[in-house]
Amino acid sequence: MKNKYSIFSLIKNAFSNHENWQRAWRDPEPKKEYDAVIVGGGGHGLATAYYLAKKHNLTNIAVVEKGWIGGGNTGRNTTIIRSNYLWDASAGLYDHALKIWEGLSQELNYNVMFSQRGVMNLAHNLQDVRDLKRRTHANRLNGIDAVWLETDEVKKFCPIINTSQDIRYPVLGGTLQKRAGTARHDAVAWGYARGADEMGVDIIQNCEVKGIKRNGDSVEGLETTKGFIKTKKIGVVAAGHSSVIANMAGLKLPLESKPLQALVSEPVKPIIDTVVMSNAVHAYVSQSDKGELVIGAGTDSYVSYTQKGSFNIVEETLKAILELYPIFSRMKMLRQWGGIVDICPDASPIISKTSIKGLYFNCGWGTGGFKATPGSGDLFAHTIANDEPHKLNAAFNINRFVSGDLVDEHGAAAVAH
Amino acid sequence: MFLINCPYCGERDQSEFVSGGEAHIARPKQPTELNDDQWAEYLFMRKNIKGIQFERWNHAHGCRKWFNVARDTSNDKIEKIYKMGEQPPKL
Repeated sequence: MKNKYSIFSLIKNAFSNHENWQRAWRDPEPKKEYDAVIVGGGGHGLATAYYLAKKHNLTNIAVVEKGWIGGGNTGRNTTIIRSNYLWDASAGLYDHALKIWEGLSQELNYNVMFSQRGVMNLAHNLQDVRDLKRRTHANRLNGIDAVWLETDEVKKFCPIINTSQDIRYPVLGGTLQKRAGTARHDAVAWGYARGADEMGVDIIQNCEVKGIKRNGDSVEGLETTKGFIKTKKIGVVAAGHSSVIANMAGLKLPLESKPLQALVSEPVKPIIDTVVMSNAVHAYVSQSDKGELVIGAGTDSYVSYTQKGSFNIVEETLKAILELYPIFSRMKMLRQWGGIVDICPDASPIISKTSIKGLYFNCGWGTGGFKATPGSGDLFAHTIANDEPHKLNAAFNINRFVSGDLVDEHGAAAVAH
Repeated sequence: MFLINCPYCGERDQSEFVSGGEAHIARPKQPTELNDDQWAEYLFMRKNIKGIQFERWNHAHGCRKWFNVARDTSNDKIEKIYKMGEQPPKL
């Protein structure tokens, strides 16, 4: 049983110099057999294990992670959370996640620092204005809060934006989702890991999957660097490496893995209290609680697993940032990094069964998976436990690439992909 | 971030080029004969290899010609560059 985190436990542990905190999760060796194994110990994988145990009473399960938990894209993203997607299927999926975010710290007894500071998307040309207004209407029809802001309202909401109409891409307005915001990405992985561990889930780090054993059309287990693990159900949540795992099972996925970069500045006093995204010039920025500007850049055009992108991508993003926020012109950038994102042709995820019995994939989140972490875990757990998708992820099946029933969020989702 | 040796112009920065994705995906000879699975395979399914991948590149900000590249996607090292229509090299 885990000790509850509270102000009192914080005070109590302060007296022992914070040296006697209870371990947040065990470090077990894999058992010979599990009822289900999740491949990938990022936020989505750990959330899947957590909801499998909590809602579906599957506790004899494991999460295998080749590195350390939350060391992949969970710890590499820009932590933006929003649900203002155009299509009904996406709106349902992402708003499901947003609703869980709103109570997540309490549910996990772990402060994920969810901050509903609002996300504003800027329009820079007439087509942007039309598209974003259309999306605002679509959002409201789906019960998602969204408002259109004229240029002066944009300036009022975020005074440091350059709204001069003389710049190359002037701000012609924007949309605002007030319920949107940010969260502490590491805490999400750690909170889910701690919660899953408490219910008996084995979280096995430094355990790389080397092969998937099949018996005809069903799975029998996993070959890993810590030996063979027998299981009838495998849920793969391997982000950029999804295709690599799929190849082990003889499957092909409609994915391309590309580097996506982000960077943070030196910490400064509070200057921007919201998240501002711009599709047309591809710049988005927010400020972390430490004071760093958190800036997201774009993807490279080529497939790569190197976790580093090209310099010209960062350069383009910073050009756009400086035009929109001249006040940042003397800021120094502190760190820059890349993650490998798995992008679907329609820029929507896959949360689905496959043609192989007992093999499930949760992938294709591309450049925007963090926001969906709780919802993705919940719906993927439902799909694995029942061998059927939940109605909210039914549209995100892998078969849509055969039927043609795509969920085309390219560009429509308010950010460039 | 790497250099690409364009077979027509010589070595240039990668930012001058555009990736055309996986190479050697042949356009169906008789499109009307294809079923939905075959269309999905042609249009959407990709090998997305971690390791040596054969891909098409276009020198978009240069000669604008297409060519093929064998590149290791785990370290971005280019193993071989060969022209359109040629068979992939044995590596």
